[in-house]
Amino acid sequence: MNSEASAVAVQSAEKTYPNGTHALLPVNLTVQQGEFVTLLGPSGCGKSTLLNMVAGLLEPSAGRISVWGESPNAQSQAKQRLSFVFQEATLMPWARVGANVRLPLDLQGINRADADQRVGNALKLVGLEKFAESYPRELSGGMQMRASIARSLVTDPSLLLMDEPFGALDEITRNRLDDELLSLWRSKGLTVIFVTHSIHEAVYLSSRVVVMAARPGRVIEEVAITPTVARDDAFRVSTEFAGYAKQLQDSLLRASVNVDEALA
Amino acid sequence: MTRDQGQRLLLPLFVALVIVGLWQWWVTAYDIPQFLVPSPLVVAQTLVMDWSLLGAALLVTLKVTFLALFCSVLLGVTIAFAFVQSKWIETAFFPYAVLLQVTPIVAIAPLIIIWVKSPTASLVICATLVALFPIIANTTLGLRSVNRGLQSLFKMNRATRWQTLVRLRIPSALPYFFGGLRISSGLALIGAVVAEFVAGTGGTGTGLAYQILQAGYQLNIPRMFAALVLITLTGVTLFALMGALSKWALGSWHESETNSI
Repeated sequence: MNSEASAVAVQSAEKTYPNGTHALLPVNLTVQQGEFVTLLGPSGCGKSTLLNMVAGLLEPSAGRISVWGESPNAQSQAKQRLSFVFQEATLMPWARVGANVRLPLDLQGINRADADQRVGNALKLVGLEKFAESYPRELSGGMQMRASIARSLVTDPSLLLMDEPFGALDEITRNRLDDELLSLWRSKGLTVIFVTHSIHEAVYLSSRVVVMAARPGRVIEEVAITPTVARDDAFRVSTEFAGYAKQLQDSLLRASVNVDEALA
Repeated sequence: MTRDQGQRLLLPLFVALVIVGLWQWWVTAYDIPQFLVPSPLVVAQTLVMDWSLLGAALLVTLKVTFLALFCSVLLGVTIAFAFVQSKWIETAFFPYAVLLQVTPIVAIAPLIIIWVKSPTASLVICATLVALFPIIANTTLGLRSVNRGLQSLFKMNRATRWQTLVRLRIPSALPYFFGGLRISSGLALIGAVVAEFVAGTGGTGTGLAYQILQAGYQLNIPRMFAALVLITLTGVTLFALMGALSKWALGSWHESETNSI
């Protein structure tokens, strides 16, 4: 695989904190353009660390990370093609939803008329066009998350990094947002790296799941998810779905058993 | 909600009425002499009769209070910005900000009055010293209390230092700042009165504290009470004013100022 053609290339990147904690053992990962890759694992497996390094928010202690062939921090052009969705909605409580979504454009200095049009489109994509003038506290948790996704899409990114975005939501809302995310991914031709600790969410969304384990954080295996049926509510209860879920669960269990033995 | 607001006004007023009523009854029933405790009625009469004197004094005290509050905000916010810009500055100077807070104003007021020629300026300096600390402490805390995710978002979008300050740090700090402002407004008034008590004996100023002192020398107890009532009312009004200001600035978004949901 040629790393120039891939969206993200992680080459033996690792993270060690000054106190000696190994947050992440060396990882190799290549994400092709248009893929939906999920990092799945328990708390402390370094999945958020890996995502933050791809985003350029954390520096790897060793190894190399490139996004479209450039380092996440050195690039100018690729930077704008990368958006991050946080664990919580992280909206500015003092600004209306529209202004929150417009923020990345305001920071780039894009003129107001263009920006407002793009904000309108982004809000329409997530079904919040009627709430541009509301304050975040007036929205439900699910709607706040939608606004956060609209903010990440407003810059028209090619790569979307999502750090357990729906973790705090109830299951029904989460399932609905999963569906919306899938259709956005398809319609916009996005490349997505998605972090979760939910096996079911990982199977439902991903084209590939990267299974990770904790203490020390590391990658155990990669599982391609290639269902023969469409990803819809029927898929959630199909035997195929259950098979993938079991495969991932076994993989996670094996990893934790190994650690327990090593500790004993 | 309007019923709630009505109650918030009516209940304290009712308490005040009961206390004033009891006070009036007690003074009349036990025939308490005016030079010990004047009745509320007498105090009110004094307030009206001596208004030219007391009103002018109130204006002087108000002037000192507001100037001091203004200086505290200006200085306090500037110092807070300096503290947030560099950990070195904060480490080096924060102990002195605390020193400011713990030094009793009555102990240093005479010095300031000797050093500074203009009586108004010296009073304002004293009151500012009293009112400054809550603004510094709260604003510094507020400027530091920025949501981590939002900070990352600004960083990823390559916001300049200025953009981050104006669009993120300052709005995040506002609720804390207004908390400090409420405390400081009361302290500025106390500072203005206390400083004048010290300065007044030096023969300068005609604020409310000076009127209380003078009335005391003349055993004009009703006038003392009238001046005291004015100071109290000023304090309450200031507090309410700062509350309204805070509600105006934060009402649309901050939890502390929104009753709905």
